[in-house]
Amino acid sequence: MTAPIQPESSRDATSDVTAWFSTRIGGVLVPLAATVLAFLIGGLVVLITGHNPVTAYRAIFEGTGLNWFFPWVGGESREAAANDLQQTLILMTPLVLTGIAVAFAFRCGLFNIGGQGQYWVGFIAALYVGTHLDGFSRPVHLLVAILASIVAGSIWGGIAGILKATVGAHEVITTIMLNWIAIFGGMYLFEIGGPLQGPQPSIPRSAEIPDSVELWPIWGSLPSLHAGIFIALFALVVYYVLLNRTTLGYEVRAVGFNPEAARYGGISVAKNYFLALAISGAFAGLAGSVDVLGFKFAVSTGDFATNFIPFTGIAVALLGRNKPVGILFAALLFAALEVGTSTRQLDPEVFEPALAVDLATMIQALVIFFVGADLLILYLWRARRFVGLGRRVQPEPRP
Amino acid sequence: MSSQAWTAYATEGVRKLTEPRTIAKLGIAWGILAFWLALPPWTVRGIGAPLAAGVLAVACGAAVIPRGERKLGWWAIGLGIAGTLGAAWLQGKDASTLDSILTAGVLASTLRFATPLAFAAMGGIFSERSGVVNIGLEGMMLTGAFFGIWGSVWSGSWLVGLLMAMLFGGLLALIHAFFSIHLRADQIVSGFAVNFLALGLTGYLYSSIYPGGIHADVSRVPQVGLGFLDGIPGIGDFLDGVFGRLNLLVWVMFAVVILAYVVLFKTPIGLRIRSVGEHPRAADTVGISVYGVRYAAVVTSGVLAALGGAFLSIGFVGSFAENMTSGRGYIALAAVIFGKWRPGWAFAACLLFGFGFALAIPLQREADVSENLVSAFPYLLTLVALVGLIGRSIPPAAIGRPYVKQ
Repeated sequence: MTAPIQPESSRDATSDVTAWFSTRIGGVLVPLAATVLAFLIGGLVVLITGHNPVTAYRAIFEGTGLNWFFPWVGGESREAAANDLQQTLILMTPLVLTGIAVAFAFRCGLFNIGGQGQYWVGFIAALYVGTHLDGFSRPVHLLVAILASIVAGSIWGGIAGILKATVGAHEVITTIMLNWIAIFGGMYLFEIGGPLQGPQPSIPRSAEIPDSVELWPIWGSLPSLHAGIFIALFALVVYYVLLNRTTLGYEVRAVGFNPEAARYGGISVAKNYFLALAISGAFAGLAGSVDVLGFKFAVSTGDFATNFIPFTGIAVALLGRNKPVGILFAALLFAALEVGTSTRQLDPEVFEPALAVDLATMIQALVIFFVGADLLILYLWRARRFVGLGRRVQPEPRP
Repeated sequence: MSSQAWTAYATEGVRKLTEPRTIAKLGIAWGILAFWLALPPWTVRGIGAPLAAGVLAVACGAAVIPRGERKLGWWAIGLGIAGTLGAAWLQGKDASTLDSILTAGVLASTLRFATPLAFAAMGGIFSERSGVVNIGLEGMMLTGAFFGIWGSVWSGSWLVGLLMAMLFGGLLALIHAFFSIHLRADQIVSGFAVNFLALGLTGYLYSSIYPGGIHADVSRVPQVGLGFLDGIPGIGDFLDGVFGRLNLLVWVMFAVVILAYVVLFKTPIGLRIRSVGEHPRAADTVGISVYGVRYAAVVTSGVLAALGGAFLSIGFVGSFAENMTSGRGYIALAAVIFGKWRPGWAFAACLLFGFGFALAIPLQREADVSENLVSAFPYLLTLVALVGLIGRSIPPAAIGRPYVKQ
């Protein structure tokens, strides 16, 4: 008897039910239900700790700038909403890109938890090109910086890919190690006395990239929404085409569905593991360059360990079900959540920002839980009839 | 026992001693000694003694390779050469600089850094041996760190703190277990969510219960003073420096490592855990409750990881900070894989990581090496190790796969 290749669960009745269930409403129901559930439980925590969840959520929502889309919001609050929305969209840009990075690896059956390291090497590469090379015109300089970040990110992801493909080292472990190497390496570069430290000798901070290498501002001013958002949107298209309209994408997906079957069909599993992680890393590296060229312009050593954008990217990919449109909306949601809970946006009288930031983290975690466990949503959906919410779910055909 | 039995026993013993495997291990020990001789507490100056040890190591290795013990033999040769070269390199270094870098204090802080890792790694071994990937160790540690200090401040007793840490670590593990066993969610995704949840929850509770930080006097796990070590002639000072004033939890950790080995490999419970992780269907067929064993193993892992976290908050530091585990759970996980899912080897890996962390500060102070570079070193080491220096580590066969009862 040969070793079982697939998890035994994937062939049983419940997975058929899940498939029926998730395709029934275009796969939107589970993410939607997961989000609602996560916000409800988050509200419960707020309630238990003695705050009013409704006012808290309203305050957070008004800080996100999403009320800009309501036509009845006018005057000063409309201007404030516009400012907030700019911040949300600035944050959405790297979230879309790191979300794509995670999603691309997911489609190959790999969990790229190394977005952090890939983001930082991309960030540093773009920063280096921006601050240390000159003599280019603005578009060329930007292009070189972005290409450098893509190359750096894909190398960082590719290392994990090579290790996975050749010695079978689990990508979760290798990418975590690569994260820390990138973080400490980055801190080394910009520390006091470090090789890339900026002009002020007493501050562990890089030089700032000159105005002429910044991505073009397009809306607002503090800081303004930059052209990076178009890069992110374009990347979504690239992601879709690459995955669904090319041989490479076909092979990556085939390996993701079933590596053994793919191998039997003549696809090199090792090659696709490498490619998937390298491409995934390229997207994450791109996120880093968009951030540094768009609105950060420099980095301090303290920034390295406190950057959670790539981790949020995992939540984005999961909630977005690895679909381009899903990633876009999930990134918008999490960016809004992050901006709405930031110290700058939230009135401490209503709900303390220190709590709100952690509330946002909790909600993200719950979303990941619930999206990852569609069986739970399924159980809850079925349980409706016990509380009289709907008609009985029809029994599903068993194979 | 009759004299015949004695003879048989002795022959068996001699045979074991002359086995290639034993000789190869001896060679490895010689290789390590070659390097160690140049370090405190010996600090031998002059290349003679290290060279002799190195040559012995190479000889042992060369002797066993033709007899089939290739891997260990090459290890002995490699370590013999590397140890001698390392010792030769150290000759040029000032002995006092070495002394101030490699003090007994560094070894003591190696143990201190390794303790939280080892707790979590032992937990990880239980969980993964039963077939459930647990990257939620990080979150379980963080939970333990927070609830440890919460219980300690609330009750005034560190013991209650430890119990609270274990309780809530176990509860968080229960969530992970429910999602990955009953709901058959992707175990890595669920574990990742556990980490995020713990990060948000502990941060939220911390800011909401202690708005201005913790000002109360925290009841901390006591240090264990072993005054008698001082009296041992020769190496007494050194032993006292390393083991003389360790935290109680460090000693508990030693016990847990031994216990983990005994339970996993010498008891029926361990056999059940391992069989569920290797072939759940077969285990189910002979009447072992796969779900039951997995739940128990995952909750155990949460309890142990939480102890590691509690060591950070009420053993080592005496305070709490948001995200204070800062990735230690992931390192513990790497130690599990590095140690091939075996308690002893995983503990050795934890010691190695702990040593890397403990070295960072004195290296920067004495040798002007960037602390950040030294901090990156343990992670780099793990990567290199994964590339195959220690061979491929083979995980439990059913790891990461949900089991469906039939």
